[in-house]
Amino acid sequence: MSKQYETVIGLEVHVELATRTKIFCGCSTAFGGAPNTHTCPVCTGMPGSLPVLNKRVVELALAVGLATNCQINQYCKFDRKNYFYPDNPQNYQISQLYLPICHDGGVEIETPEGGKKIIGIHEIHMEEDAGKLIHDDWEDCSLVDFNRSGVPLIEIVSEPDMRSAEEVIAYLDKLRLIIQYLGASDCKLQEGSMRADVNLSVREAGAKEFGTRTEMKNLNSFKAIARAIEGEKARQIDLIEAGKPVIQETRRWDDTKEYSYAMRSKEDAQDYRYFPDPDLVPVIISDEMIDATKARQPEFRDEKMARYMEEFGLPAYDADILTGTKKLADIFEATTAICHNPKKVSNWLMVETMRLLKDREMDADKIRFSPEHLAALIQLTEEGTINSSVAKEVFEHVFDEDVDPQAYVEEHGLKMDNDSDALTSTIEEIVAANPQSVADYKAGKKKAVGFLVGQTMKATQGKANPAMINKILTEILDKM
Amino acid sequence: MDILKYTAVELGRKIKDKELTAVEATQAVLDRIDSVENTVHAYVTVDREGALKKAAQIQKKIENGELTGPLAGVPVAIKDNMCTEGMLTTCSSKILYNFVPTFTAEAVKNLEAAGAVIIGKTNMDEFAMGSTTETSAYGVTRNPWNPDHVPGGSSGGSCAAVAAGECFYALGSDTGGSIRQPSSFCGVTGIKPTYGTVSRYGLIAYGSSLDQIGPVAKDVTDCATILEIIASHDLKDSTSVERETNFTDALVDDVKGMRIGIPRDYLGEGLDSEVKEAILSAAKVLEAKGAIVEEFDLSLVEYAIPAYYVIASAEASSNLSRFDGVKYGYRSEDYEGLHNMYKKSRSEGFGPEVKRRIMLGSFVLSSGYYDAYYLKALRTKALIKKAFDEAFAKYDVILGPAAPYTAPKLGESLSDPIQMYLGDIYTISVNLAGLPGMTVPCGMDSKGLPIGLQLIGDCFKENNIIRAGYTFEQSREMVMPNMKGVE
Repeated sequence: MSKQYETVIGLEVHVELATRTKIFCGCSTAFGGAPNTHTCPVCTGMPGSLPVLNKRVVELALAVGLATNCQINQYCKFDRKNYFYPDNPQNYQISQLYLPICHDGGVEIETPEGGKKIIGIHEIHMEEDAGKLIHDDWEDCSLVDFNRSGVPLIEIVSEPDMRSAEEVIAYLDKLRLIIQYLGASDCKLQEGSMRADVNLSVREAGAKEFGTRTEMKNLNSFKAIARAIEGEKARQIDLIEAGKPVIQETRRWDDTKEYSYAMRSKEDAQDYRYFPDPDLVPVIISDEMIDATKARQPEFRDEKMARYMEEFGLPAYDADILTGTKKLADIFEATTAICHNPKKVSNWLMVETMRLLKDREMDADKIRFSPEHLAALIQLTEEGTINSSVAKEVFEHVFDEDVDPQAYVEEHGLKMDNDSDALTSTIEEIVAANPQSVADYKAGKKKAVGFLVGQTMKATQGKANPAMINKILTEILDKM
Repeated sequence: MDILKYTAVELGRKIKDKELTAVEATQAVLDRIDSVENTVHAYVTVDREGALKKAAQIQKKIENGELTGPLAGVPVAIKDNMCTEGMLTTCSSKILYNFVPTFTAEAVKNLEAAGAVIIGKTNMDEFAMGSTTETSAYGVTRNPWNPDHVPGGSSGGSCAAVAAGECFYALGSDTGGSIRQPSSFCGVTGIKPTYGTVSRYGLIAYGSSLDQIGPVAKDVTDCATILEIIASHDLKDSTSVERETNFTDALVDDVKGMRIGIPRDYLGEGLDSEVKEAILSAAKVLEAKGAIVEEFDLSLVEYAIPAYYVIASAEASSNLSRFDGVKYGYRSEDYEGLHNMYKKSRSEGFGPEVKRRIMLGSFVLSSGYYDAYYLKALRTKALIKKAFDEAFAKYDVILGPAAPYTAPKLGESLSDPIQMYLGDIYTISVNLAGLPGMTVPCGMDSKGLPIGLQLIGDCFKENNIIRAGYTFEQSREMVMPNMKGVE
């Protein structure tokens, strides 16, 4: 490869909105019901049924639009996208083409080089999801489940502003955090509540015109997206180097084979015959609604990070990890509000929580323990009721079963032994039994204390207060 | 005593006064169906057992005071494009030959709550596309005044059933004149209300932005009474509106000072001279009763038909795409793969007029043509509405014919669809502008076929046309066809 190439990437991101009911009917959006149990005449497209817009969808789409600095179409409409497919019960999808709710926004990302860059958002529109086809190989037939039909989606269409897989991941992560912080979606790629299609083209470095782009579908993880981008970039460069044309087409990424194959070319592109849906009335978004949405906007990640550093004196590294998922940040804030010890809370989350998440192969949003119990555990260590090694053991039970640490400690007799008379006599016995260590200490080998502390802990089965051991031991040794 | 002579409101009163029972009325209707239905063929489905059972239940409720409304116990027929739970609903199409809905249309539910006895479902042009009820997949309906003639359409079954005494009143739907034109051809009264007055929930859509359900009955009093019952603000229909529905308040024999305009364009070329004469003499009646009647120029009349066929067909092409053989209805028996199944099921399931409009609608929405046809038609629609707004600044009611001629003979219309489309000229612009319109019988031509007078009001001003219609009606005897010939 003699020439230098630049990759140009734009994304179409679909996000399932976290509403209780579907976009045009009252059916549940809950995931995983028995097939066709969350359905009604509307979301199965029965003759005579009519859609009625769920207001919550507009509120969430508006919140995402405002959080991504979009302009709002205060008079927006729904259009029908006509195409035949059995997962689409009406054979048209209700979407927005002519007047989408949001347009011309953007979010700032950090580039791999450490700089900052704005990724433009062309538009955000609201639409309904389709059902799911399940092929039965045994019977050789396809069955359709309409539970997902009518689940609300927003599609966030970016400008072709990204130049590498790293920038794409940074942009997706930014969107994910904004949307999670808004509570508008859980944004899980694996479960399909966030889906990204990648539009990619390459051109010679410095060229003004874009190359011919392809659209890549079926990307189910950040890693798959990164691999697909690298793969498609290499494929297009190979074609150009070989003097062959890049064909504008939709390709499907197979992550296990790390290869994409063509689904349909531009020539096969369907004419969707979009037109305004006559069953729905225009959506009017008032200034008051916009103001109220802005007023309800949560603190987003960047602001939160800055505040954690400022208000709690946390290092940037801690603040970054704690705000990396909304769940962790929520636990941090709730626990700190109870025990007023941000640094200790941060340590428990950064060290033990992260270790256990990794060990249990869990996502942070699956954390079950309550802030009250973590605060209680911190309280027990702070007041010297348990020592740190016992605390770690108790925390595992808090993490896994959300036990009440106070009760657990009492039940299992894990309280630190704070009886100084008993401890003094134990230490005196240990000192008497280890004259060599005493001699070493007297000879200036301060390390010898460590051995004697260890022996004391052993004798007290770990329940002694280490600070107290140190104090008494030093007193005894110094008197000798 | 001929029960069938009564209007729906008269019958309701007789039942309430214990002179008659709902069961007797229902039996009378079923007997009439037995004797004339072979000729008229107004129904796709007659639910004898269900109707008699329902009539007995309703009679009990009337007797114990649970049902007190004006139409409790009165037998009704429903156009076959309105969903009725558990009862076949075909839209007179082969593609829905076996479709039994799981819910009932809101307008029909309102009737049921008022104690209606549903006799069955009436024949129509397939998916309400047509002006003669000849495009039905289940055979033509004949005009009760003369079985060699069509009843009009698309609500031809509902209008013929009322005229023939096969029900006391009916529901129809009107997208471009489908209540008013067959009412005119069958000598009955029908109202297409302001868009948004009657819920469309459960009405199988043809042109969603134009469709309205409305009453068909023997006189204006019936129509106002029915409309008052079926009109409701329905949260299941986003285009349903909250409004006054006191239609029976307008049943007043008085038009003093009412300003009535007759569009000159409605009296020109193409209008049958006998129809014209009947319309103008009806205007004279109203003038004699104190209305101020004058002719005026309503612009854009010639653009209504092209705009309508673009908009209605575009919406229909999308509305009818759900009939694909996947979930319900007709599926071709012999196909290979998904696309072939779609193609064959739809090719075999839809009739030629429906296919014509699906193709027309798909064409005007396709990329490259959308602006030239669909958007232009929408702009034309807005201009037509404006022309009516200007007219209603001067007039309370616009008066004209409902159709350029009386009912044509069977088989005369379908060979020339353009000519058939042109027959909708007086009714179509009312749908484009969302206005209320009513047909009231106003005479007979020399062939003995009825002529209908159309009264058009401004949006939400049904009461103006009801008052004008009621006043005019007082000037003549109600005439219904003598069914002896076909019995």
